[in-house]
Amino acid sequence: MAKKLLMGNEAIALGAMRAGVSVVTGYPGTPSTEILETVAKHNDGKFYVEWSVNEKIALEVAAGAAYAGARSMVTMKQVGLNVASDPLMSLNYIGIKGGMVIVVADDPGPISSQTEQDTRHFGKYAKIAVFDPSTPEEAYTMVADAFDHSEKYGRPVILRPTTRVCHSCASVEILENIPKKVPEGFEKNSRWVIFPKLSYENKIKIEDNLRKMSDDFSGYERNFITGNGRKGIATGGVSYSYVSEALNNPSVGFDSVSENESVSTLSSGCKLMKISTSPFPQKLALEFLQGLDEVLVVEELDPVIENELIYLCGLHNLKVKIYGKLTGHIKNAGENTVDSVIAAVRSFLGENMNANFENQANLITKAEEDASASTNTNASTDSLTEPPELPIRPPVLCAGCPHRASFFAVKEATKGLNAVYSGDIGCYTLGNAMPLNMVDTCLCMGAGITVAQGLHRVEQNRINFAFIGDSTFFHTGIPGIINAVYNQTDIIVVILDNSTTAMTGHQPHPGLGKTMMGNISDVISIYDVVSSLKVTKIVRANPFDTEAAKNAVNAVINEKGVRVILYEAPCIFVTKSKEPYVVDTEKCTGCKICINKLGCPAIEMDGKKARINPTLCTGCGICADVCKFGAIGGKRND
Amino acid sequence: MTNILIAGVGGQGTVLASKLIAAAAMSKDFEVRTTETIGMAQRGGCVVSHIRMGSKINSPLISRKNAHAIIGFEPAEAVRILPYLSDDGLMIVCDTAMKPVTSSLKGDTYKGSDMIDYLKKNVKKLVIIDGEKLLKECGNAKTLNVALLGTAVESGVFPFNADEMKNVLRDTLPQRFLEINLNSFEIGRRMYNETRNAG
Repeated sequence: MAKKLLMGNEAIALGAMRAGVSVVTGYPGTPSTEILETVAKHNDGKFYVEWSVNEKIALEVAAGAAYAGARSMVTMKQVGLNVASDPLMSLNYIGIKGGMVIVVADDPGPISSQTEQDTRHFGKYAKIAVFDPSTPEEAYTMVADAFDHSEKYGRPVILRPTTRVCHSCASVEILENIPKKVPEGFEKNSRWVIFPKLSYENKIKIEDNLRKMSDDFSGYERNFITGNGRKGIATGGVSYSYVSEALNNPSVGFDSVSENESVSTLSSGCKLMKISTSPFPQKLALEFLQGLDEVLVVEELDPVIENELIYLCGLHNLKVKIYGKLTGHIKNAGENTVDSVIAAVRSFLGENMNANFENQANLITKAEEDASASTNTNASTDSLTEPPELPIRPPVLCAGCPHRASFFAVKEATKGLNAVYSGDIGCYTLGNAMPLNMVDTCLCMGAGITVAQGLHRVEQNRINFAFIGDSTFFHTGIPGIINAVYNQTDIIVVILDNSTTAMTGHQPHPGLGKTMMGNISDVISIYDVVSSLKVTKIVRANPFDTEAAKNAVNAVINEKGVRVILYEAPCIFVTKSKEPYVVDTEKCTGCKICINKLGCPAIEMDGKKARINPTLCTGCGICADVCKFGAIGGKRND
Repeated sequence: MTNILIAGVGGQGTVLASKLIAAAAMSKDFEVRTTETIGMAQRGGCVVSHIRMGSKINSPLISRKNAHAIIGFEPAEAVRILPYLSDDGLMIVCDTAMKPVTSSLKGDTYKGSDMIDYLKKNVKKLVIIDGEKLLKECGNAKTLNVALLGTAVESGVFPFNADEMKNVLRDTLPQRFLEINLNSFEIGRRMYNETRNAG
């Protein structure tokens, strides 16, 4: 059949649709978001798709569908699984009827996350099988394998891609659909009600299953051994593709290698094992370890494969040296790159590996640090001369972003006051940057409101603000407000409602009245929700109306209890821009107040005068309020 | 195997350019892998697209000194990615500097000409495209990516020709933007030849 260029996330979505998934739920989070969006985009009415309010809810909705015998899939990023961990742990005890795949996208780096956690651990902890694809095309067929495995054991399964699989594209061969079974429906039975006695009985089955799964996986085609020799490399995930590249790289020592030869013929002199699953395929790994003196384990995030091999060596009294993250030969933070892996494989297979290995590890780290600093990717071995100083391009709030206006208003209104500003997860975390400097804490989804309460318990002389976005408010913000009201805490919650889930690419949420099925639903008004929570006072304002926005702060600052400011203005990506503002160069004194107070990327200095870049300016107009000389003008955006 | 890197700044259309290259290679039955390395910044951050075309491609990332060609949409980003260019690789660079969005806050020392001078000293096969002239001729900053694609196609680094690329443009781009993009593509091709002849 035809080949298509697919992003890994698209491949996972199409693979699930091919495998007969019926219900798909999730919460947006980089790098997982496009999976659910792709299913929604290709939905011909045969699939149910929803953005749930948070990951716990998403997992539970998908679990219910699987109870009724349908194949279901739930998507999230790695930190989302922390939110969903409660149902995850219990669900494995209860089990499912229809196949259920929990897609959890890990983010080595981390590139766009709070943590670098490894979901393979979560799988082990929850005693749930994990499938770990290396490429988009492998992910495409692996989804079907995961559904089959899930139904065979009657347990949920995790599919764990990483950023470099989710967001890279490959030519993928599109296969025939697998015939879809009609769900049998939910059967009333005591097996669905979790009780200690049932959990004890099921724990015995789970442990037994784990052993059977390990044996299954020793024969699974995605776990395999190639090549032979006294040295071995064990790898998985995207690192497998880097190792394959390294074994094809002439600098590693495999001379006159043609592009068309497969890895198996190339890795003569080196045994290679690819691991794509957990539970660990112990029988396969023992076969791999047979006759080896040394093994290099190349994986991202945590040393999962490495620990399994060390355990096996101990258990079977094998004298094989295992090198990897625990020995400092593979870095233990950040993404692997093809270059870092080539360097590690080269020294592992090189003549003087033992003598130089530690140094080599340091060299790799050094080269990677240079690369990630994005200032100079020049390795010390390169012949290039030292480049001129390269510009740093940090993330900033967009020109015209309503969050800038909100932060600015609160900052101006609380000038001189002893205030602490707690932030949350979303674009508005960027309010931490100078010159706004309005985010003092940020922990995880919904934690701004609750951390502010704890801070205030200790220092009641300070004013505690908590900023939260609209999607985060629905995700985990509401219980925090209820807690503050119930426990009579004095905090000011500032809700930044920009009418979208901006950071992950503009997904709808309950406040917008749109669903992923294309339906119009009732809008759940944030104002009405908060009003019903018995807060002391709630004020709403347009943040671009600087005076009104500052007055909103003034109206609540001297009150007690939980006060809420609701700033409402849409993200620039979901609304039309107004005419750009312009600087009157006659009036502009070049004082730079507009630049130094707002940090708007549309305002720059052109010689001794400020200039507004018309391609970036959205006409939000707050700079006109900042200018003391009336030098900035245009049509207001209110 | 053909390894191509596109380096630029978020918003310049590098990702679309890489998708168009991938589609053209797919139309000739090559296997393709692409990936992007993107900094934290969504808009205005560094973006590098890796595009690999051939058969039996392993890594989506291109290793150092292994790019056959780099298309630098921006001079500093071209310098940043230079260690990935092979010793006899081709660098096409647009000389228009994009200042970082924070330059007005932090004071601005970045000059595109310093980067171009550095490239002249360190790259054997260098084609510098006059960005101001290109923009003037194309008349729309949003088609610069397709124009630069035109320069690269004309250099012969891709495993497909200009007509095959144009077929992809026709298949991929929305009708209302097609004419202006095809026009920019031809301008890019012509400027590549003019620059080569002048150089």
